Amino acid sequence: MILQGIAFYVFAALLVASGVMVISARNPVHSVLYLILAFFQAAGLCLLMGAEFVAMILVIVYVGAVAVLFLFVVMMLDINFRELRQGALEVLPLGGLIGLILLSELAAVVGGWIVAPGVEKLAAAPTPAISTVTNTHALGQLMYTQYVYLFQACGIVLLIAMIGAIVLTLRHRAGVRKQDVGAQIARHRDSVVAIRKVSSGEGV
Amino acid sequence: MAEFFNGFLLPLIIIVLKILAITVPLLVAVAFMTYAERKIMAGMQLRQGPMLVGPFGLLQPFADGLKLFAKEQILPEGANRVVFYIAPMITFFLALVAWAVIPFDYGVVLSNINVGVLYLFAISSLGVYGIVMAGWASNSRYAFLGALRSAAQMVSYEVSMGLIIITVLLCVGSLNLTDIVRAQEKIWFAIPLFPMFIMFFISALAETNRSPFDLPEGESELVAGFMVEYSSAPFALFFLGEYANMILMSAMTSILFLGGWLSPLPFAPFTWIPGVVWLALKISACLFTFVWVRATMPRYRYDQLMRLGWKVFLPFSLFWVVLTAGVLVTFGWLPK
Repeated sequence: MILQGIAFYVFAALLVASGVMVISARNPVHSVLYLILAFFQAAGLCLLMGAEFVAMILVIVYVGAVAVLFLFVVMMLDINFRELRQGALEVLPLGGLIGLILLSELAAVVGGWIVAPGVEKLAAAPTPAISTVTNTHALGQLMYTQYVYLFQACGIVLLIAMIGAIVLTLRHRAGVRKQDVGAQIARHRDSVVAIRKVSSGEGV
Repeated sequence: MAEFFNGFLLPLIIIVLKILAITVPLLVAVAFMTYAERKIMAGMQLRQGPMLVGPFGLLQPFADGLKLFAKEQILPEGANRVVFYIAPMITFFLALVAWAVIPFDYGVVLSNINVGVLYLFAISSLGVYGIVMAGWASNSRYAFLGALRSAAQMVSYEVSMGLIIITVLLCVGSLNLTDIVRAQEKIWFAIPLFPMFIMFFISALAETNRSPFDLPEGESELVAGFMVEYSSAPFALFFLGEYANMILMSAMTSILFLGGWLSPLPFAPFTWIPGVVWLALKISACLFTFVWVRATMPRYRYDQLMRLGWKVFLPFSLFWVVLTAGVLVTFGWLPK
């Protein structure tokens, strides 16, 4: 039990520390690396709670895919953050005001939170007892029965977002030499090679 | 004190010994893998390969290792020191840490976790960081280009790899690696899921940056890609990590598709041989194919590599997931 306590405090402290480093690091690439460290600590906390599936998915999705793209983009951009930060003090009042408004909105939302009537029963017995089924089974049984419509709706939202991103960035440029495997395979010897007898001294 | 010893210290010592029992043979296997690669390729190209150090050149990998560690360490000018040295460590560390969940025989596994496949998938998807960080921290054009190529390549092939793993999981009904092997007692998944088996192997080639997908190194255009600035011990760590990753991917292929520690036929002379030997034989067969491919295939062009990943593997593996699910539901073969 004491080991778990130590592990929790180590993970939590490192999580907060790397979170602070994400926004305070000078170099943007270092920021992304600290972000990855923060994801790992969060995964560790999930493991401590016994949510092994969530922990692994967190690492696969966020560290293995999202953060790679972040790193990719940040490395390519080569921004000088010191220049960007120069005018920061002038817009600080406006930024602070927006931050305050957002904070009060958040407080209003959380303060006015009403729990739906059926939820308490669900939370009391969410799945078959966690000792009898694995994490993954428990999640699946809940997600594909009770919440199947919400799950499908999430899928549709993601699909639309994906199509939107493709539509926004897709450009058909002229003059791009693209490989067309079908055309290459369909090429026949007769249409591309001509054999001629060339008599000497005359040329083709 | 006795309670402290029995409850905490003794398990700790046992776990450390178990880790050593996995790591030491693995590192020896990595050393001989480099030797085997040179010997096999030499045989395919009508050469002798290493033959002077020790009998049949068997001590060559150790001589190479000593040579590497005796060399000078060079930190390129303008390089980011911390990231530069962390990158090879990450590569090597990730290649070793994944072995914690590999079952070598029934019950012979360091950590039998319920989400074993996800763990392996997560670790293999982290491999890209070692390479990207190395390429960025080296402050060199070649290294940076290699790192960018590697990032794009590994992210692309992970997607189809995930879908292929899902097909296997549909047939098993569990994420536990031991369960996956035991589900193949009747028939290895390589037979009903044959196209997936081939695609998984090709994706493994791409995921480990092996020929014909070795564009991140691409010695004919990028010198040595992301590791061009590395020398001595950090280079050795990259090298070891890469080969350990190859062995890991072969182990994954064996467990997911070739029945892990199971013998090919479930009766007498075959079942006398212990499961560890079968697993080692299957891994060796996969590794031989890795080398065979390297000796046979020319390198892919970059756009061809992307086309294969996104336009061929992704749709086909997605189709196969739907097909497998459909067949399982229609015939009522879904595992409990």
